[in-house]
Amino acid sequence: MVTGKGGAGKTTVAAALAVALAAGGRRTLVVEVEGRQGLAQLFDTPPLPYEERRIAAAAGGGEVRALAVDVEEALLEYLEMFYNLRSAGRALRKLGAIDFATTIAPGMRDVLLTGKVKEAVTRTEHGHRVYDAVVVDAPPTGRITRFLNVTAEVAGLARVGPVKSQSEGVMAVLRSPQTAVHVVTLLEEMPVQETVDAVTELRAARLPVGSVIVNMTRLPLLPQPALTRAAAGEVDRAELRAGLAAAGLAPALAAPLAAEAVEHAERWEVEDRNRATVAELGLPTYELPFLSDAVDLGGLYELAEILCESGIGTP
Amino acid sequence: MTAARFDVDALALDPETRIVVCCGSGGVGKTTTAAAIALRAAEAGRTVVVLTIDPARRLAQSMGLTELDNVPRPVAGVDTAKGGELHAMMLDMKRTFDEIVSAHSTPDRAEQIFANPFYQSLSSSFAGTQEYMAMEKLGQLRALDQWELIVVDTPPSRSALDFLDAPQRLGRFLDGRMLRLLLAPARAGGRAYFKVVGASFSLFTRVLTRIIGTEVLRDLSAFVGALETMFGGFRERSQKTYELLKTPGTAFVVVAAPEPDALREASYFVDRLSAESMPLAGLVLNRVRTSRAPRLSAERAEVAADTLDEAGEHEVTAAVLRVHAALAHQAARDRRMRDRFSSARPGVPLVEVPALPTDVHDLDGLRRVAGSMSAYGPPPPARTTGKAG
Repeated sequence: MVTGKGGAGKTTVAAALAVALAAGGRRTLVVEVEGRQGLAQLFDTPPLPYEERRIAAAAGGGEVRALAVDVEEALLEYLEMFYNLRSAGRALRKLGAIDFATTIAPGMRDVLLTGKVKEAVTRTEHGHRVYDAVVVDAPPTGRITRFLNVTAEVAGLARVGPVKSQSEGVMAVLRSPQTAVHVVTLLEEMPVQETVDAVTELRAARLPVGSVIVNMTRLPLLPQPALTRAAAGEVDRAELRAGLAAAGLAPALAAPLAAEAVEHAERWEVEDRNRATVAELGLPTYELPFLSDAVDLGGLYELAEILCESGIGTP
Repeated sequence: MTAARFDVDALALDPETRIVVCCGSGGVGKTTTAAAIALRAAEAGRTVVVLTIDPARRLAQSMGLTELDNVPRPVAGVDTAKGGELHAMMLDMKRTFDEIVSAHSTPDRAEQIFANPFYQSLSSSFAGTQEYMAMEKLGQLRALDQWELIVVDTPPSRSALDFLDAPQRLGRFLDGRMLRLLLAPARAGGRAYFKVVGASFSLFTRVLTRIIGTEVLRDLSAFVGALETMFGGFRERSQKTYELLKTPGTAFVVVAAPEPDALREASYFVDRLSAESMPLAGLVLNRVRTSRAPRLSAERAEVAADTLDEAGEHEVTAAVLRVHAALAHQAARDRRMRDRFSSARPGVPLVEVPALPTDVHDLDGLRRVAGSMSAYGPPPPARTTGKAG
């Protein structure tokens, strides 16, 4: 499960993780649950249907498939699978009843979405699991605990009966060591705060937190001790002017360049403070570099390789 | 392809501007933009209220938004020399929903509704409730008529369009066909009803009973029955607020960051506003990286840094040049992003807010942000009459 604050790059990280975990001839499934077609954009393919499709290759003959779960379709599938009610389901959809049921019933959407994930995780073919790993581009940090805590959510809806047993089955998988919730963050105040909040909530709900993935990190470009001094607003202008002259540039550039260096150092210091806050969570933490251009397929593989080498998700 | 410059003063200080709605996808700095616009107008002498949805903790604290009581509170530390005032509130979505229920039913019935699990779910977690309640609160604030300007931040949904669509969706939903269908047995009672709706309803209940059980169905019917008196009300209210957004005096500010996703959302939203004849004031592009030495290109800075490194001297200068090269590269990328947007939507006035090294978490930070959105820079000019542009 990959969550994170909006804008932190949750979809990108989920996709990169699916590619990473498929390395070495394995097969993974990356699942989108919010109907935004972010995966299709990332992999540069037409919008994904409610169907598992091969979307990318991975190192060593690995394969990544993708699925965009549609709640209504998932309910129809569920009706068919458990009650043999496919045609009744279609009739109900015409009436708007499916939309109604998935909208109003507390937790219904979430139990359907997580139920579909569980089905993919546990599906077997010739006695083997179909997928070596299933990666979910899950809802953002603000909603993740509610999304995963399905039994609590449907408690008001189903004290007994099929929805209750279904949700208990899903919960068993989500709480098992097979599951890990990874939180994607940036080294900025709000994403870090939301990460801390989400981890606290997940832990309270006894959901297995995997790691924190710090996205878009940068290395400081200034050497020490110049970096620390610049963060305090001090740059040796005389040395800078001399250096610029030696490089054949106008010494007048010293003032604006010094200001840029100070801002760079300030930013780095803020990032480092946020990094310390993340470290206090006591979770495995992985850092992904900032890619200077928007993430394309090449960038995605680059991130996947870093994740692969980090050993994330390997037992 | 240079777009006209969006001037926040021309908008926020104009006495005819009564509502400013800040829209955009999540994580682009909408709350900060809304708060900055509100502060700017207040310090220029207007009586302003800002409705925020989900402010960062420190920003909320600095605006005195520590108590969640769902009513606007005065913000301390605002310069009131010109006679303005700033009030701020943070939306409590469940409470706003509860208030509507209380206002439209007897205390007994309201208690019944509050205790119902379906209501609890709908009022706290239904996607769209937050948008509906933000609109509802906006309608309430406007009806109170205590402020010259209302600035609204919108919920952090992924799609900016949700703010426009979700309230109507919820409104439709709450007085929709399906609710009436469920309600029907309670009203018509017995056979007459089944003759009318017949097969579809029995199919519906059969499937529902099988999946969720009779007990739940009873809760659902009770919920629908209890809400019955309020049907129509929801739809009407959301429709009324929607109309309010089309009246003169309302302006939309679309907020984005120089990222493909954020600008794509901004484009959708701009197109939608124009399709609905809703007034777009302009685009605020947050977190734009700019270089302080724009004439020195990234490439030249890199070459100079290499030269110094090869000579093995001026290590710090070489590093400073690399800082500049990285920044110049980013700035060029941000400029391309902006230009791509502007060439596709040339009529949209645009203003850039430079990326700040640290988060905005106090009034001074908001003043700086507002200053960069204004043609006049930091101190707001006195303004007496007239409408710009």
